[in-house]
Amino acid sequence: MTTLLTATKVTKRFGGLVAVNAVDFEIPEKSIVSMIGPNGAGKTTFFNCITGFGKCDEGEIIFEGTPTQRLRPDQISRLGISRTYQNIRLFAEMSALENILVGQHIFLHSSWMSAVIGTPKVHQEERIALAEAQRLLDFVGLKGQGDMMARNLPYGAQRRLEIARALATKPKLLLLDEPSAGMNPRETEDLTAFIRQLRDELGITIFLIEHHMRVVMGISEHITVLDYGEKIAEGTPAEIQKNPRVIEAYLGRGAATEGMATAHERHSDKTNSKLR
Amino acid sequence: MKKENFLWSAVKTGLIVGVVAIFICFVGMVEVFSKRDVIEKLITLGQFVLLAAMFSAGFIASRHTSSLLEKNKPVSNLVAGLVAGLFTGLVLALLVVVGAEVNLRAVFLNATTTLYDVLTLDKGVGNVWILPLIGAVAGLLGAASLLLPQILRRPITQALVFVIFMAFFSGLFRVVMINQGSDMSKAAKYLFGQTGLTLEGTLIFFLGVIAVSMLWSYKGKDIQAGVTRLPKAGRLSLRVIVYALIAYVALGLPQVSGPFIAQVIVTVALFVLMGLGLNITLGFAGLLDLGFVAFYAIGAYTVGLLTSYGAFGLQHIPFWVAVPIAVLVAMASGAMLGLPVLGIRGDYLAIATLGFGEIVRLLAGSDFLAPFFGGPQGIIGIQKPCLGTLGPFIRVDVPRVCNGLELGKPQDIYYIAVVSAVIIAFVAWRLRESRLGRAWMAIREDEDVAEALGVNLIQTKLLAYMLGAAFAGLGGAIFATLIGSIFATSMQLIVSINVVSLIIVGGMGSIPGVIVGAIALIGLPELLREVSEFRFLLYGATLIIMMLAKPEGLWPSQATRRELHHTEVEAGVKA
Ligand SMILES: Nc1ncnc2c1ncn2[C@@H]1O[C@H](COP(=O)(O)OP(=O)(O)OP(=O)(O)O)[C@@H](O)[C@H]1O
Ligand SMILES: [Mg+2]
Repeated sequence: MTTLLTATKVTKRFGGLVAVNAVDFEIPEKSIVSMIGPNGAGKTTFFNCITGFGKCDEGEIIFEGTPTQRLRPDQISRLGISRTYQNIRLFAEMSALENILVGQHIFLHSSWMSAVIGTPKVHQEERIALAEAQRLLDFVGLKGQGDMMARNLPYGAQRRLEIARALATKPKLLLLDEPSAGMNPRETEDLTAFIRQLRDELGITIFLIEHHMRVVMGISEHITVLDYGEKIAEGTPAEIQKNPRVIEAYLGRGAATEGMATAHERHSDKTNSKLR
Repeated sequence: MKKENFLWSAVKTGLIVGVVAIFICFVGMVEVFSKRDVIEKLITLGQFVLLAAMFSAGFIASRHTSSLLEKNKPVSNLVAGLVAGLFTGLVLALLVVVGAEVNLRAVFLNATTTLYDVLTLDKGVGNVWILPLIGAVAGLLGAASLLLPQILRRPITQALVFVIFMAFFSGLFRVVMINQGSDMSKAAKYLFGQTGLTLEGTLIFFLGVIAVSMLWSYKGKDIQAGVTRLPKAGRLSLRVIVYALIAYVALGLPQVSGPFIAQVIVTVALFVLMGLGLNITLGFAGLLDLGFVAFYAIGAYTVGLLTSYGAFGLQHIPFWVAVPIAVLVAMASGAMLGLPVLGIRGDYLAIATLGFGEIVRLLAGSDFLAPFFGGPQGIIGIQKPCLGTLGPFIRVDVPRVCNGLELGKPQDIYYIAVVSAVIIAFVAWRLRESRLGRAWMAIREDEDVAEALGVNLIQTKLLAYMLGAAFAGLGGAIFATLIGSIFATSMQLIVSINVVSLIIVGGMGSIPGVIVGAIALIGLPELLREVSEFRFLLYGATLIIMMLAKPEGLWPSQATRRELHHTEVEAGVKA
């Protein structure tokens, strides 16, 4: 199996705080890998380093042979990396369909002049884009809601729309930041199946940050654990569950009697109420 | 928390509105406004403002009552409205009584005897008791308006709004109708007074709108269904008829309105033009550009320097050649300013552009650059546009002869402005529906996310900025020919602020909203001379009220509208 993305010694500091500390990381092609870790461990920050959101201070990230740390976020997205956000960031005042169409931006090439004149090529391009957007909307189960303003969609639909928008860029690597936050068990189950479908049917590599242990352990092929910005463990779900350092990292923050999974559930309940 | 007694709340509302009313009196608004009628011989604009205050006191109190009691209780609501209006009237009465005893003028310049006469309806201090009485009645009506069932409330509100609109614009309609011939002239004099409506006119408009509105609520669905049932060709021709009608009015208006109003209409058209330009930068891409006037100035000066037959004229080329050059120059300066500052976000961008606007104005008017731009003397002798061939340039200060049609009058320039506005509106509309428009809106919503989806921020923002600048340049170019001369002093910051405000009032990102906003903020104050004295006070008040009551603007953009419709449909389903 080839590696899609390799990160070596990635470090990110905020003033004195080292949010991500010399993390080595690898994502094999067409795999589903996860990153877990307690609150503030630096997971989202690591995502941001990959997407060029805030440049990482040290280290190197190579995506399909291309070093990315000198590229702007829009260039990185053109390489085939797309993401969703922990606290949903849709274009609130645009319709669901328009949100997805923005995701297709990189595949549309008409200049502003030809758009004003309205050449047949532009019309053709728009028609194809619209059909594709509609298809993606159906794909994530939002059929018929394309005209709804994004901010008026129900919470679960917003999460799915964000995934549809990310898919519109035709990514090879999809980064999902806590996709199950705020979902009930039923929705979580659907989501798990959906993520698997993305990989199996579309061949998209998935990199997941997740607090829901059932989701993580259920679908990940490989798990990396961060704590205080440092990688403290990695391996298969079974290995991670047994790893004493991981258990300690979690229990150290939770009540001593609680198991790891319950500590997590408690956390995600907290995030849910925050998000709502 | 213990719930407030609704009567006490009504008293408070009344007192607060009373204080606001006194403020309106002390800034001199009531007195100045009294010179204009809303309804001839019955109610002046000054009295109207006070009545409106009392009415809203009643309305607000009534709404408070409903929310305090958690339901509509007609008697309590009406009592609350009455009390609130009464107290507003009492506060004003107190002002009159105090004013009769103490010389308030020492402190408040506008506390004149005329003001007291206006307040007591010329009946003298002895009859000051009518004020609370009127207040109570107005408050009662305000409270009652909340209780009306929807089916009555809508027509009445519409009729009131229409009557007020007709009263404000009565000067315009009157002149236009009088110029139509003697029959129309008679009708005009029947409906409109010197300023404002006649009593008959008021009744006709009021009842007319109510009738139409009622008819629409009964038959409107059928008519709408009828229109949608029409075959495609029929619907198309219907649309063509509507557009033709709008075009006919828009194009014919300055011909029949006389020179003064024509001037006002040109000014409005120019602001529409600039509003459409800034709407791309601000409304679509969300870049708050307070230095918009800089590009306006650049366009004006380019045309001035290129076409003037005065001392500073450089090329003496025709208007039609100079305008595209001016647009390109403005666009290029947009790029030059845009590149360094577009990395800045939000508020900082506003400040940076604001600085740029001031720099351009100061440079253009400076003694240092006077050899090129005329300094404080400005550039004069700008050649009027000519349809036909221009005679040769002979010497300085002698206009070139136009062999053909010279477009010198404001009415003529108006057509140039309208054609330009239509072109810009078309460009703006096409761009909004394109991938670029979506990228702009995405940047407006969340630029980090837009960038992560592959939108090149610098390129996209720069394009919005340059197009906005180009259209401002076009506005400036037309302005220069309209006035025939340019002075740096006419390129004030206030021009930028006007344009920003009209976009906000009209509805961000909405193309028709720009037109509505320009008519409301630029046209109205010009037509109502009395109002223009308090222009900025009213601007401020309008903006605040808009932000509170209707943040999406008077004519929101398609998306917002579609959305509102959506929620209505949903609510309908649930109900
Ligand atoms: N822009 C920033 N400026 C300063 N500090 C930051 C910034 N972003 C994140 N941090 C800090 O970096 C650390 C890592 O944050 P990060 O958001 O990556 O955590 P996380 O693992 O995603 O946590 P969570 O599970 O709560 O999402 C935290 O201590 C956070 O406060
Ligand atoms: Mg996070």
